[in-house]
Amino acid sequence: MNPMSHLTLTQRFHAFANPARFMALSDKLIAPFGFVTALLIGAGLWYALFNSPADYQQGESVRIMYVHVPSAWLGMMGYMIMAGASLVALVFRHPLADVCAKSAAPIGAAFCFLALVTGSLWGKPMWGTWWEWDARLTSMLILLFLYLGYIALWSTIEEPQRAGRAAAILALVGSINVPIVHYSVVWWNTLHQPASVFRADGPTIASSMLVPLLLMALGFTLFFMTLLMVRMRAEILRRRVRALQLALSEV
Amino acid sequence: MAEFFAMGGYAGYVWSAYGVTAIVIIALVLVTGLDLIAQRKQLDVLESDGARKRAPARPSGSKL
Repeated sequence: MNPMSHLTLTQRFHAFANPARFMALSDKLIAPFGFVTALLIGAGLWYALFNSPADYQQGESVRIMYVHVPSAWLGMMGYMIMAGASLVALVFRHPLADVCAKSAAPIGAAFCFLALVTGSLWGKPMWGTWWEWDARLTSMLILLFLYLGYIALWSTIEEPQRAGRAAAILALVGSINVPIVHYSVVWWNTLHQPASVFRADGPTIASSMLVPLLLMALGFTLFFMTLLMVRMRAEILRRRVRALQLALSEV
Repeated sequence: MAEFFAMGGYAGYVWSAYGVTAIVIIALVLVTGLDLIAQRKQLDVLESDGARKRAPARPSGSKL
């Protein structure tokens, strides 16, 4: 019989999200996740660099897309994970949600940064400029600043519970920027091109380019998940260290 | 091969984009891994400290 079957749904949720259970589960998942990540990125790179066509307008520079677009997606997904976990942390006061939000921030920030840098490297040869204050680029830069503000807030407030609450509120307020990033290319006249994969009428990109793009995006997503689990483990240990230090100082 | 590395004249842009991506991803893995190892070490030290403090009467060298 399932040992959890006598519990209510909420109790089950809490039992599942229990840090000790998370430690046991993540311990089993990290290695296989890492392995699949390596396979997907390996295959993605093979297609992206050797086995996909040059663009008829952009030539070989189109290959920047295979690192730029997944980075941008993950920069936004990371923020949604952070804001979602922050909401759960605020409403249910669940410590694991708090750990998740805090651990997701640096990974999301790194991908957001990569989207900006690789976009700049793509913009120079294609648009003739490294940077333009257009709606997509500007909202993406604001996303990076929101991440940095969130990380800074965690490190400036000493007491984890207060830091967590303040950071969660910042994450939630800032989440308004995520749809702005996504729709910026629709709402404003931007230099940046509109979406060509996540569209209501289906992808408009050639399948020879969609395959490497999706492989890389899937690989990056799994990388994100794997690293998130490792960071969460480190964070749980850090909190145990802190609790032990407090307990020992009172002995 | 030289043609491949030339990237149709966009070598500087394409390889910079892949290079910076690789560097950031490797840095993320290293920072995270080192942090995990550091926390585990510190926890081990504290746990053995705690064990000693809780059981001061035991002869040294005995493990709990």
